Amino acid sequence: MPPDGWFRRKSKFAPAPAAQIDAQVPDGVAIKCAQCSEIIFTKDFEKNLKVCPHCGSHHRLTAEERIAYTVDEGSWSELFANLRSVDPLHFKEYDSKLAKSVQVTGLGDGFVVGTAAVGGVPLVLGVSDFRFMGGSMGSVAGEKVVRAMEEGIARHLPVVLFTASGGARMQEGLLSLMQMAKTAAAAARLAEAKLPYIVVMTDATMAGVLASYASLGDIHLAEPGALIGFAGARVVAQATVQKPPEDYQTAEWQMGRGQIDSIVLRRDLPQALSTLLVLLTGRTSENAGGLNG
Amino acid sequence: MASLNVLDFEKSIAELDENLSKLHQIVADRNNPQNKPDLAGQIAELEEHRTALLSALFANLTPWDKVLLARHVKRPYSLDYIGSIFEDWTELHGDRMFADDGAIVAGLAKLDGLPVAVIGHQKGRDLKQRQQRNFGSARPEGFRKAGRVMRLAAKFGLPVITLIDTAAAAADIAADERGISEAIARSMFEMATLPVPIVSIIIGEGGSGGALGIAVADRVLMLEHAVYSVIPPEGCAAILWRDPDRKSDAAAALNLTAQRALELSIIDGIIPEPLGGAHRDWAESAESVKAALLQNLRPLIGLSAPTLVAQRYEKFRRMGRFTEMEAA
Ligand SMILES: [Zn+2]
Repeated sequence: MPPDGWFRRKSKFAPAPAAQIDAQVPDGVAIKCAQCSEIIFTKDFEKNLKVCPHCGSHHRLTAEERIAYTVDEGSWSELFANLRSVDPLHFKEYDSKLAKSVQVTGLGDGFVVGTAAVGGVPLVLGVSDFRFMGGSMGSVAGEKVVRAMEEGIARHLPVVLFTASGGARMQEGLLSLMQMAKTAAAAARLAEAKLPYIVVMTDATMAGVLASYASLGDIHLAEPGALIGFAGARVVAQATVQKPPEDYQTAEWQMGRGQIDSIVLRRDLPQALSTLLVLLTGRTSENAGGLNG
Repeated sequence: MASLNVLDFEKSIAELDENLSKLHQIVADRNNPQNKPDLAGQIAELEEHRTALLSALFANLTPWDKVLLARHVKRPYSLDYIGSIFEDWTELHGDRMFADDGAIVAGLAKLDGLPVAVIGHQKGRDLKQRQQRNFGSARPEGFRKAGRVMRLAAKFGLPVITLIDTAAAAADIAADERGISEAIARSMFEMATLPVPIVSIIIGEGGSGGALGIAVADRVLMLEHAVYSVIPPEGCAAILWRDPDRKSDAAAALNLTAQRALELSIIDGIIPEPLGGAHRDWAESAESVKAALLQNLRPLIGLSAPTLVAQRYEKFRRMGRFTEMEAA
């Protein structure tokens, strides 16, 4: 994790403290958008794929929600779910943080891999869950990213990864750092196999994850407003004299700097992915005209 | 004269050095009334004492002591090693896209007669150099220059040697604007399939992605007192204890020493430093580094490109510790 407070700086959504919600609204029925401060009924919020109906802000999703919102119904089949983090360095409070994250998320670690279809296109899908220690990449997340890519190669399938991570997981020290090299090397193999690799950057994609497999896609998509950057706010402030621009390290700012191909609304992502994958794999439409021989 | 470049735990040595140097001056001056025949014996005794003290001090270095040694302002930097190890060093500047980053030097040279490409972080020795070299924190242009020179090496079949010595990659807004993350990622991506041998040596600080960005090698070595870490101890302490001053606790927690890196199979070997650290004898340090380079490069030279790349992949592929639960 980066040594700074980017998660404090820009968390657009937060469960509304009960006192702030209209007293007549029972607990859990509504949340308050931290971006626009409007109250949103949970029912509407979920129907809107957790995008604020008032201001359009894209709320972070759990891996389960992301998969449900993305893949064709019934097509998901999870892989490598049995991988678990260990505490190789006996690092302060790592065991208890892991146990708590497992309990809160119901996941083995913060990265979920499986096969699925999106718009009828079969693929290997990987999704990071930011709730699990900030989506940080330790040995398990790194291994699962690599296995996702190797699975793509073995089954001759495109690979789509949704990123959301504070970076390398400090608690596994150098073992975490090396996951950057390991995932980058796997991305190189995937590229040599000429299989499409699409990265969808979601809030937040930072540090060691952005500086490894997240920046090596054939195509980089991002959700609107996602925080995407190398260093956290505190480190940037130490390294830079001038004040960052208002939109610094947003998906929009990164797109303006040439790092992102397209910013796609959450509801349009499945369509965008299937369209891109069909274009990249060169499958000609049945009703193609004269170019089809 | 007391020096500003002496670490706290080196102070007793510095005092001895001062006394020794005074005695040597007296011995050298025939007219000095204090120059008596028994001085030579005194000097020998003092030198013996100094060696014993240094050995004792360095047998019990903490991880934080190692961080300080790795950052020692008198420690040899990449260009110091390059100057004494290689022949015909020819520096190549610029990334052909935007700028020439002084934080990473790159060029061609000969190692014992063998043409190679050499790439290394370069910290500045004085204030002006430090500013010009961004304190050894590479900007995107540095990684892209490294990539360009590696591709050049691949084209002509030259082995690549990288020397790692950086606190971290540049983290300012300008670096972000020009894609520092992509530059690091791309460098690792390209190194993973580079069809020539690569040997990397962490000579001082191996600061997270800024270090690993040019260290995806067939053989990765560390100098005895170098450090390699996922995060600076100060940053780790700020997170763990909300107190950057607990950096020595953080240094211990991070397992950032060469000895631990070897035990964790992150690196392939440790290069011994002169007693008291590399900064006490640059020539001896350079000789050790050269010997290690030759020893590690030699077995790689005969390997075919596909074999090299496959072995390099497997080497990093294995890194990590986790368990796989039995299916329920
Ligand atoms: Zn809103």
